Amino acid sequence: MRRGSQIPVSLAFLAAAAAAFVLPDWMISLATIAFANGLVVLGLIVMWRAGLVSFGQALYYCVGAYTVALIARWSGLTDALALVLIGGLSAGVVSFVLGFLVARYREIFFAMLSLALSMILYGVLVKTESLGSTDGFSVVIPTFLGYAPHQEQLVLALYWLVLAVCAIAAALIHAYFHSLAGALAVPVRDNEIRLEFLGMSVSRLVHTKLVISGLLAGAGGALAALVVGHVDPNMSYWTTSGEFVFITVLAGAGSVGAAFVGSLVFESIRSLAFAIIPQLWQMLLGSVLLLTILFLPHGLGSLLGRLRRRLGAP
Amino acid sequence: MLTVFAIFADGLVYAAYLFIVAIGLTLIFGVMKILNVAHGSFYTFGAYGAATAVGIYFDRGLPEAGGFLLMILFAMALGLALGLILERGVMRLVYGRDEVVMVLVTYAAFLILEDLVMLVWGPGSYATYQPLLAAGNIEIGELVLSNYDLGLILVAAVLAAASYRGLKFTRYGRLLTAVIFDRETAAAFGIDVKVVYTVTFAIGAMLGALGGAIMAPKISVTLGIGVEVIVLAFAVVAIGGMGSIEGALVGALIVGICRAAAVHLVPQVELFVIYGVMALVLMIRPYGLFVRAQPRKI
Amino acid sequence: MSASILSVRDLGKRFGSMVAARDITVSVPARQTVSVIGANGAGKTTFINMITGHLRPTKGTIHFEDRDITGLPSRNIKRMGISRSFQVAQIFGSLTVFENMCAAAAIGRAPRNFMGHVLTRLRSRESIAEAETLMELFEIARYRNMIAANLPQGVRKLLDIGMAVAGSPRLLLLDEPTSGISIEEKFNLMQVVMSALRNRKITVLFVEHDMEIVERFAERVLAFYEGTVIADGPPTVTLADPRVQALISGPKLQRAGSVVTNV
Repeated sequence: MRRGSQIPVSLAFLAAAAAAFVLPDWMISLATIAFANGLVVLGLIVMWRAGLVSFGQALYYCVGAYTVALIARWSGLTDALALVLIGGLSAGVVSFVLGFLVARYREIFFAMLSLALSMILYGVLVKTESLGSTDGFSVVIPTFLGYAPHQEQLVLALYWLVLAVCAIAAALIHAYFHSLAGALAVPVRDNEIRLEFLGMSVSRLVHTKLVISGLLAGAGGALAALVVGHVDPNMSYWTTSGEFVFITVLAGAGSVGAAFVGSLVFESIRSLAFAIIPQLWQMLLGSVLLLTILFLPHGLGSLLGRLRRRLGAP
Repeated sequence: MLTVFAIFADGLVYAAYLFIVAIGLTLIFGVMKILNVAHGSFYTFGAYGAATAVGIYFDRGLPEAGGFLLMILFAMALGLALGLILERGVMRLVYGRDEVVMVLVTYAAFLILEDLVMLVWGPGSYATYQPLLAAGNIEIGELVLSNYDLGLILVAAVLAAASYRGLKFTRYGRLLTAVIFDRETAAAFGIDVKVVYTVTFAIGAMLGALGGAIMAPKISVTLGIGVEVIVLAFAVVAIGGMGSIEGALVGALIVGICRAAAVHLVPQVELFVIYGVMALVLMIRPYGLFVRAQPRKI
Repeated sequence: MSASILSVRDLGKRFGSMVAARDITVSVPARQTVSVIGANGAGKTTFINMITGHLRPTKGTIHFEDRDITGLPSRNIKRMGISRSFQVAQIFGSLTVFENMCAAAAIGRAPRNFMGHVLTRLRSRESIAEAETLMELFEIARYRNMIAANLPQGVRKLLDIGMAVAGSPRLLLLDEPTSGISIEEKFNLMQVVMSALRNRKITVLFVEHDMEIVERFAERVLAFYEGTVIADGPPTVTLADPRVQALISGPKLQRAGSVVTNV
């Protein structure tokens, strides 16, 4: 990933923000959810580069979402940005604590343990009547620095909020990837033992990545809660985690932008599938995943890389 | 005292169910190092297959024992066909790639098969209670147990014994064990690993389908039953250790008894308990209870 | 303040009932070049693993520059100034030779705290400079853009050793630096390694099976047998020791104009 790619990415975010003025509401809503989910995927990419695949990001997504819903209900705080920050941070704290345990695992056992932890939360939420059990409960309509927009304005406000959060996250993660800690992801994947012998604490590196992805997933969940207006235990179910992993495979782990592009593509496919063949959308998704793995193993992002090389070659 | 018996009985039944479902998964995991998400599809096809068989056979005045047999055989045949198609058609294309990629491929297959079930059997649910009813009940003191449930325990016990003996004492079983231990060395000794893979996957599929068929009379056979079964089977396999039949048995017993205890004593933690136990075991023994330590790397 | 850079006392390691190392007491003065010999399974790698923090000793102590380093983790030991290379080269297969060296150099320079790793860059000017220097010294500069997984064996070993030298360690342990290298190339490789280390004020311990290389490059020989040291002295003395000849090196054959190996 080169320094230069930072400019097109920020331009892309600005363009996306401006596009809100011309796009229909349903498209803006789709894009909002896609960008919120993109945050979770960004976190998965951070870990994917180090060879870690979590099948339990739904845990932090759900923590972020429920925190927002509960804080809004209990404290009366309705400011969107504040809620998202609190939601993201609480998920970050959970990932920090769990990280002491989870950072010791690799490969399939890492995936299974993260899965187990997310299913534990699911089980707890389903059995908790006061939190609505399987039905979940609704989230209050957010305000924006005192301003309380309605309907179309609310849609726009949420969209720009999500874009702003994503843009900031994208910039920070981009910087992280260029730092030593971020660049050592591949060595972690290739040869942990050598990394330790060179003087680097691998568990600390991994723990950091876990917290980063926990924060991102929590922020994504918090935003999703505000956008959808509802939270339920399904947000912690393994199929939710599966979807996030799916998008990561689709997008490829090559760049920060891939997370959001992949998420947009996924949401579009899903909406299309629901509109045309609602009963077979799982079959469509499964086929897309299979085809991607077979023919585009480095995701959509690799297509962009290939295009760039083609254009750059004399 | 009654509660203790009830917990024990319930736990044993649930453990039998878990073991039958998990044994196919751990076999595939151990031999091929693939965490097969599509195992849920084998289970689903087995259940629906059983429903179809029961629907055709029962209520026609034919002997009930035949019904059980037909249900099982039909389901396992479906499982076999599905397993072979999946292995030869899809899995074969991704052998040698990253473990996680393989899991994702099976996840993709699972998604496709979920909707295939709906295409074939429709979105409604099937009630296949007839075998359960036909088996009747037995009373032990104040406890009423279903004969079907007892049969479940018997099947699990037979399966456990058969697979244990099969792996240890038959030629093919020992081949499988060799491949589980070290695929490359096994291949170097002339074992055709490709054939072993196909056979293993087929056996795993049949066992998964068997699990679905056996459980069909106890549940409402409908879309989505595979989704929950997968994680349960994962939990058992994670606890027991990859490729370990004893591990699957012990894991199933632990989870079964703990869950029964939760249901009878603290119902709120029922779902929590299963994954809690899994997380706990993984914390103490990262590779499961019955898996050997890793050799020196440098 | 003693003159020995490494001081090992009554060192031992058991794995359950199996004794991998016992009663090892050795003192190495700074800047010495020591060769460690012994049959496979004699405890040489266990010895190195204990000094470099990969294994925790079950008995005894290890002192480096008068500091007790027994049982410390390998990353701490590296930062104190002890580094090692591996029997099977441990490199980052997906990266190029240059990137491998850069990583080693950058980690060696990065401050220890958390923020240090986030605020420093992999390709800082200093890391790049050190990587270039090391690649030149170890004569692998022409492979700089090759993916490490595709390197020929000799270059892999040199890269592995070069990475260990990044960060200017004061004690370097080489675990069979010439293993996997053809007989004709072994000497050459050791030559490159030793000249690269010449001006660096470094103490070197290297495990070796080829007695000719031991004679040529070592000032002192530690002979291991069944987990303990059975001989300790200059090569001429230890290699002539009858016990060493009986148990490790075999009798010295008469030269008849061809290279002899007595492994």
